[in-house]
Amino acid sequence: MIQAPDLPGWAALLVALFVLGGAAFTLIGSLGLLRLGSFYDRVHSPTLGTTFGVVLIILGSMLCFSVLQSRPLVHELLIAVFVTLTTPVTLMLLVRAALYRDRTMGNSGVPPAEDAPTD
Amino acid sequence: MTNLILAWAITASQIMLGLAMGCAAWRIFLSPRAQDRVLGLDTLYVNAMLLLLTFGIQTGRTVYFETSLIIALLGSVGTIALAKFLMRGEVIE
Repeated sequence: MIQAPDLPGWAALLVALFVLGGAAFTLIGSLGLLRLGSFYDRVHSPTLGTTFGVVLIILGSMLCFSVLQSRPLVHELLIAVFVTLTTPVTLMLLVRAALYRDRTMGNSGVPPAEDAPTD
Repeated sequence: MTNLILAWAITASQIMLGLAMGCAAWRIFLSPRAQDRVLGLDTLYVNAMLLLLTFGIQTGRTVYFETSLIIALLGSVGTIALAKFLMRGEVIE
């Protein structure tokens, strides 16, 4: 279970640092999902995992495979680009839906719908 | 020596990502409203993708990269469909 690729010393230390940092950021973000009070607070916390967590772990993976195969391998950037592009769109759609549901149910603490633009 | 440090670091980060997935699953099963469950599912997807990437670093194979790319592609589509469902009551109008 405990195993690691055969990397030179500096690369091994850098990969360990990147992977540990990314996992720590992701864990903190997911803990915020449990700790924070309202839905609109909770929406913010998983983005710690989708920004810092994804970027750090992908840096570690790119460094590991580039050193292992002794040529630059950057295909992990695809994941970073895709997650960075889709997460804001997805969460904005989700918050729009939640806002709509809260307004329909008449919950308090939700900003009222703005009026139709008059011109 | 440094390889041992790397091995322990990868294992520790896998445990941390597993705990993060546990938090997201807790949010799916025990949460006040439907939008919280959808948010938990989105977080679970991202955490699973990162866990697969660390497995790829651990074994040195590139198969795990393809799996995590597919999860990154399909997870967001699932969340968008669920958000659409919460908004309108149907996915495709």
